[in-house]
Amino acid sequence: MMEISTLHYLVLGAALFLLGVIGVLTRRNVVIVLMSIELILNAVNLNLVAFSRYWQGLHGPSALHGQVFAIFIITDAAAEAAVGLGILIAFFRNKETVNVDEVNLLKW
Amino acid sequence: MFFLNNIYLIPLLPAFGAAVMFFFGRKLTKQTVSTVCVGAVVLAFLFACGAVLQYNVWAGAHDHQPFEKVVYTWLGSGTGHLNFLTHGGSPADFKIDAGYLLDPLSGIWLLFVTGVGMLIHIYSIGYMAHEGGYYRFFGYLNLFMFSMLTLILANNYVLMFVGWEGVGLCSYLLIGFYFLRKSASDAANKAFIVNRIGDAGFILGMFFIAWYLGSLRYIDVNAAARSGHFQIGDPIITAATLLLFVGACGKSAQLPLYVWLPDAMEGPTPVSALIHAATMVTAGVYMVARSNALFVLAPTSMKTVAIVGALTAIFAASIGLVQNDIKRVLAYSTVSQLGYMFLALGVGAFAAGVFHVFTHAFFKALLFLGAGSVIHAMSGEQDMRNMGDLRGRIPTTYRTMFIATLAIAGIPPFAGFFSKDEILWQTWTSEGGAYRILWGIGYITALMTAFYMFRLIYLTFISKPRMSHEVEHHIHESPVSMTGPLVVLAVMSLFAGFLGFPHSLGGSDRFARYLDPVFARGEAHVLLEQGEAAQLAAGEKEEKHTSPAEFVLMGLSVAAAIAGWLLAGRSYRDATKGYVEPINASAPPVYNTLLNKYYVDEGYDYVFTGRRKLGGVRLGAMGLGEASSWFDANVVDGAVNASGWLTRAVAALSSWWDKWIIDGVGVNGPAILARMLSYPTRLLEWGLVQWYALVMTAGLVGFVFYYVYH
Repeated sequence: MMEISTLHYLVLGAALFLLGVIGVLTRRNVVIVLMSIELILNAVNLNLVAFSRYWQGLHGPSALHGQVFAIFIITDAAAEAAVGLGILIAFFRNKETVNVDEVNLLKW
Repeated sequence: MFFLNNIYLIPLLPAFGAAVMFFFGRKLTKQTVSTVCVGAVVLAFLFACGAVLQYNVWAGAHDHQPFEKVVYTWLGSGTGHLNFLTHGGSPADFKIDAGYLLDPLSGIWLLFVTGVGMLIHIYSIGYMAHEGGYYRFFGYLNLFMFSMLTLILANNYVLMFVGWEGVGLCSYLLIGFYFLRKSASDAANKAFIVNRIGDAGFILGMFFIAWYLGSLRYIDVNAAARSGHFQIGDPIITAATLLLFVGACGKSAQLPLYVWLPDAMEGPTPVSALIHAATMVTAGVYMVARSNALFVLAPTSMKTVAIVGALTAIFAASIGLVQNDIKRVLAYSTVSQLGYMFLALGVGAFAAGVFHVFTHAFFKALLFLGAGSVIHAMSGEQDMRNMGDLRGRIPTTYRTMFIATLAIAGIPPFAGFFSKDEILWQTWTSEGGAYRILWGIGYITALMTAFYMFRLIYLTFISKPRMSHEVEHHIHESPVSMTGPLVVLAVMSLFAGFLGFPHSLGGSDRFARYLDPVFARGEAHVLLEQGEAAQLAAGEKEEKHTSPAEFVLMGLSVAAAIAGWLLAGRSYRDATKGYVEPINASAPPVYNTLLNKYYVDEGYDYVFTGRRKLGGVRLGAMGLGEASSWFDANVVDGAVNASGWLTRAVAALSSWWDKWIIDGVGVNGPAILARMLSYPTRLLEWGLVQWYALVMTAGLVGFVFYYVYH
């Protein structure tokens, strides 16, 4: 049985990150774009927690900086999702759509 | 002293009548209208009689000074804010009072204006009985009386000018009384406009007097003029008096401003009698007589007055010889008689001129009222060619008019004889042979006067009847309210002359003696000092020249009057339908010229209003008025338009520069450049969020690869 090493976490995080980026770049529905952004943020969280675990192994159990950082990011993500959904609802009321490619007014 | 102290009530009484008519006239009955308006004038007349009687008593105790009553200060307040510098450089306060002045001169005018005015008001009750606008007519008449009395009683030139303009306004309103008739409204305009020319002269004259003598109050002006400070022939006084005389020419219908008076006959006949014969047109004579102290200092002005007067007299009389409208004959007669008055003033015989005004007021008012009665009887016909043989049908009118004719023709002992003879005698005895020419003109005018007046009598009352049967059927004598005034005026025409019964016939010449305080006072002083005898006043002259020549001249005048009578009788006694005028028979061109009034109106039309043709005759290219109009339209307006065009051209150039160089190159140029540069740049921005994210990602990936594999 192989031990789950930091590298595994990092690979999983990179995969999640990649999934998130692809989601952001390809999906037209803003809700899904927002969810993909959550994926990216959580990929970063996973990296932080993984490095925090690795850091504990080197410096003792009190080295929790990475995990605290992850909690901050979760809080930030919740706020960001609230703002994003608010914008989304306002946008939907005006355009009756949630497709991001129809938001194209901001150009020359 | 009641009447003297309240003298301002004399003009206010008719003003009250006019005000009542203005505010309530429309609702009042004819009975009330005539009670108020005629009553006001009757009261004014009684008041005037009282005032003059009291003045005569008062004057005896006050060295025959004029009586002055200042009611309040009208212009200027003595605050020193209305100062001006006189010619001499001394400051004078401009202060005009609403003040009244009574002296023999204004007293005489006061009496005959209110007296004749009263009679004409009474006459109008009958004459206007069937006319529309009854209250309007009486309101205007009362307003006229107010203005005329203000003119007479004012104690300064400015207040006189107020009355002067007031009578002009009333004249305008009453000439245009039948305003639905185009000719009446045209005549009213003509009278008003021609009078404006004279008024301009009057105003300028007043400025000169104020500037040169420092006051416009008669007493101050006369005192200054008689103080001996001024040379005889002083150029500024000459200018001032000439300008005043221009005003008199306008109001009193002298050459060349007489043209409005004959047309003024468009008004109702009582108006012609009151305003355009007896009272208003003598305002010019009054003004010149009032300014006698100034005029004697200006021999040039005196000569001008005399010459204009004499020329007007003969000019108008000659036109009167052939006119067919009964009122127009009388109108030209009025102009001619006014000429006599100015002739008298011009030769220094002020008292004689005033005396003629006085007698003329009665007989000319009588003639006009008689003519009105004739017109009334003839159902509105005014053309003497359609009259004749009215003698027995309207006997009172005939008798009274006959008396007036004798008076105006100068048959003794009627009023006109004394006054006219006095004028001719004074002209004859004036210094310098040239005055004999004026006498000759006056003498021929007297002959003409007798001729045209008896022509009127013969054609109207005596010759064969020439009216249509319908008109003939309606002929009737006028009511008592009309004939009554005629009789009173006839009595006055008969006896008024005795007031001026001359020395040479054993009289005392009371009229001239009465006026001595106005005309003679101070003149002797000036004349003694200057050693100048040319401008001796009437009184002094007479004592010097009581000679057989006066009786010869008197005889000649009477001979002229009788010759005119006989000539008229021979020509018109038996005039039938289609009679031929003797002048027309012997000299048709002369007749046509006279009948067309020497073409003066046409000439004025040509000179001032742009008429080019007289019938088929082309008068010329362009008269003064038309030339001025052309000059204004083409040269003055051309210059205006040219400067406008120039401004526009410069503006267009400036606008082009601003639009294409400043805005185009300076302002829009960078903007265009920026826009052109923006075309490739903005291609990058097409608005898709995910595209931007992709570019970001690609960039990120690019950096990563760069750092990893570098």
